[in-house]
This record gives sequence, structure tokens and C-alpha cells, in this order.
Amino acid sequence: MIAIVDYKAGNIRSVENALKRLEADYQVTSDPDAIRTASHVILPGVGEASNAMRFLLPLVDVLKSLTQPVLGICIGLQLMCASSEEGPTECMNIFDSKVLRFRPSEGAKIPHMGWNTIENLRSPLFRGIQEGAFVYYVHSYYPEYSDSETVASTYFAGVTFSAAMNRGNFYGTQFHPEKSGPVGEKILENFLRIC
Amino acid sequence: MLAKRIIPCLDVKDGEVVKGINFVGLREVGDPVEMGAEYSSQGADELVYLDISASFEGRKTFTELVSAISERINIPFTVGGGISSFGDAARLLDAGADKITINTAAVNDPSLITHIASHYGSQFVVVTIDARKVGEASWKVTTHGGKVLTDKELYSWAKEAEDRGAGEILFTSMDHDGEKKGYAVNEYARLSELLSIPVIASGGAGSVDDIAEVLTTGKADAALAASIFHFGEIKIPDLKRQLAEREISVRI
Repeated sequence: MIAIVDYKAGNIRSVENALKRLEADYQVTSDPDAIRTASHVILPGVGEASNAMRFLLPLVDVLKSLTQPVLGICIGLQLMCASSEEGPTECMNIFDSKVLRFRPSEGAKIPHMGWNTIENLRSPLFRGIQEGAFVYYVHSYYPEYSDSETVASTYFAGVTFSAAMNRGNFYGTQFHPEKSGPVGEKILENFLRIC
Repeated sequence: MLAKRIIPCLDVKDGEVVKGINFVGLREVGDPVEMGAEYSSQGADELVYLDISASFEGRKTFTELVSAISERINIPFTVGGGISSFGDAARLLDAGADKITINTAAVNDPSLITHIASHYGSQFVVVTIDARKVGEASWKVTTHGGKVLTDKELYSWAKEAEDRGAGEILFTSMDHDGEKKGYAVNEYARLSELLSIPVIASGGAGSVDDIAEVLTTGKADAALAASIFHFGEIKIPDLKRQLAEREISVRI
């Protein structure tokens, strides 16, 4: 059973629907025991980081102690980082990277919205995915690039940032695999195959 | 590199996709979920569904349809048409919409933009502006599907919508819509320079050249079209290949 963590931060319907399309067995839950015993845990989220962090606070110790594969999506990934400029707020500190705001630059409209390419893929998440594949993004803040934890990168508004991160059993994507067509579906499928 | 987006637009009435010529003379073209799935598999980057039902029953059907689309489609989609309150937007979010678009209701009550954006984020709110040229130099905003001319001026209203929290502006030139003679390219370029949020061009696509022009000279971030896709005049894979040949960044 996969646990989608419900912490009242935005719309999780699209993640549910993506798992349904993969015919995966899941539940939406905020129950610590259900999260602890799940085969895989997904931390979705849209919205504002400091508010989301406040909602997530009661579950932080549980989430940090997990040993099964955990996938943070968008704000979910950002909350797994050290801190965020949005708020600002301290985050869960699973990844060392900080979350920073895009600065306006020539020709780049913020939020970073739409399809962009992922490069330097090095994770089982990207098995069968080609360098330069397009994924869907909607965000104004980004996780810094890290030599040790970045497993895919994207360039936008003058910065190369972490498109995906991994440390031990913890994974995260700044893009939305649930909205990234067949490429995203494959990435989710790959995550569910990690054990 | 961030790709320019190609967005088929599906007008839905009582559960069926229709497309108007200058917003009148509706013709039925197909099933909304199947058409969306087909466009998605062809490489559409997003979909827009507009509810043009006038009846309460039609509206209810549309919400059910949004749930069905969300279950089936794995690319982002925007829904709109007849959203007149915060509650309408919340209902469509719950049904699985990635974004909503508001038009007449935002003109009547601009604070609605802020209300929805502050709850669900700017990325959820697309403000649609239908405008037509009045006299030599002025573009005036229309409402109610182009039927009512207002005092609002296109550029100042677009800027106000951005300031109030809109995440994108979808501008349709009522003078170009349905004519298939090209987009209002100069107006898009001006809007795009004025705003710091993405601009979606809509109304007038008749050829690959038209779409290429609005994405380059017109500086639009996305091109929306309906009939050229619905009637198979331009296939999305051919369109994207031809745009790529012109060195326009597209997702292939």
C-alpha cells in the first residue's frame, strides 16, 4: 500500500489519478501508523512553503524516520530541503540544499510555468528516460543544485537547479510527474519499483 | 529550455465539444474526454475546456466532465466558462482542474482574482480577456462571450489582472477569432512586454505560419487554437515539427 500524505496543502487529486492510471494500491492519509507501514510514501503539495510546513509539522518526525522509498513532489520536495526563502521557513533538512526564489532575468517570466528539459539524469527514477526529456513545471522557488544530491537538473532564469534529488531512501522532483505525460508516468512507475 | 506551449481549446456545451465561428453558429465535433486524450497523445502541451452551456443542468454535467478528464488526462488542463464565484472555482479544483479561467466575472468583480489566487495560488488563475478594436488605436474589453462591450481598455485591464494575482493572461482578439487569418500579433507583443506573467494567444490561427509568428514576433508564451485542430487542418505533431525547424523551442 502506497501512502499519499494528506497535510491539507493543496490539491492531491492529480497524484491520486496518476496512481489510479498505474493501477497502484494507495491511500490518502495523515495517520502516522499508516505512513510508517506503507510500502512507498508520496509527499505531494502545491501552495506556499511556510504554510505547508506548518501543516506538516506534526508529521515531521515520522517522515524523517522512514526507511521505505519516499517521493516529494514540488512543494513536497522543497519541504525536504534545509530551508526555503518562501516565508522564509526552516524545512525538514533531509536534503542539504536551500530553496531559493528565481530572480527576474531577461526573457524569463516567473513563475517558471510549462515544459522544460531535464539533464544529467542519474537515478533509478529515470530508467528508460532520455536526457533532455520534457517535464511539466509550475513554481517560483527552486532547490539549489547540489553535487551530491542532485540527480537531474534543469536550467531556467539564469540558474541550473535541482529538477530531482535523492539521498538514501528519499527522492524528490521539483516538476510534476503526475502532469508530465508519458515521461512523468514512467518516472512514477520507476519510483514504485524502487524497494 | 522552456518550451512554447501548443494548447487546443475545446468548447463544451451539454457534455459535447462544439466550436463557434465568431462565437455563433455552433457545430458539434466530438466527445471531450476522448478528444482531450487524443490531443494529449499527439503532443498537446495543455488543454483548455470552456463550458458554454447556459443551463444549470449543463453546468452540472461540466463538473462531472472535469472529474472524468482529470482521471484520464496526464497533462495540465484549464477549465472555464461561467465561473462567477469563489465557490465555482473551488468546485472545479476539487473535481481535478489544474487551472481555472475567469472572464466576465473578473471584469464585474476584479477582487475575485485576488480571492481565488490567494487561496489556491496564482498558477491556478488564468484571466481570459476578450477584446475588440474600437476606432483606430483603442482595444476595449468585451464580456458575455463578446456580446457586451465594456469601458475597460485591454492593456490596463491586463496589467490590473496581473497585479491582482492572475498567473497567466489569455487574450482573444474578437476581430480575429474564427477568421483564420492570423493572430493579433502586435497586440500580443505589446502585452508580453507589459506583463511579467505568461501570455496565451488565442483567436485567428489558420496556418503554421500564423502560430510561428505569434510565438516569435508576437512574443506569446503559448498559442491556443480550436477549429484548425478539431477539423484536422493542422496535426499537432506536424505543427511542432515545423515550429522546431524554425528554431522555436517546442516539446517533441
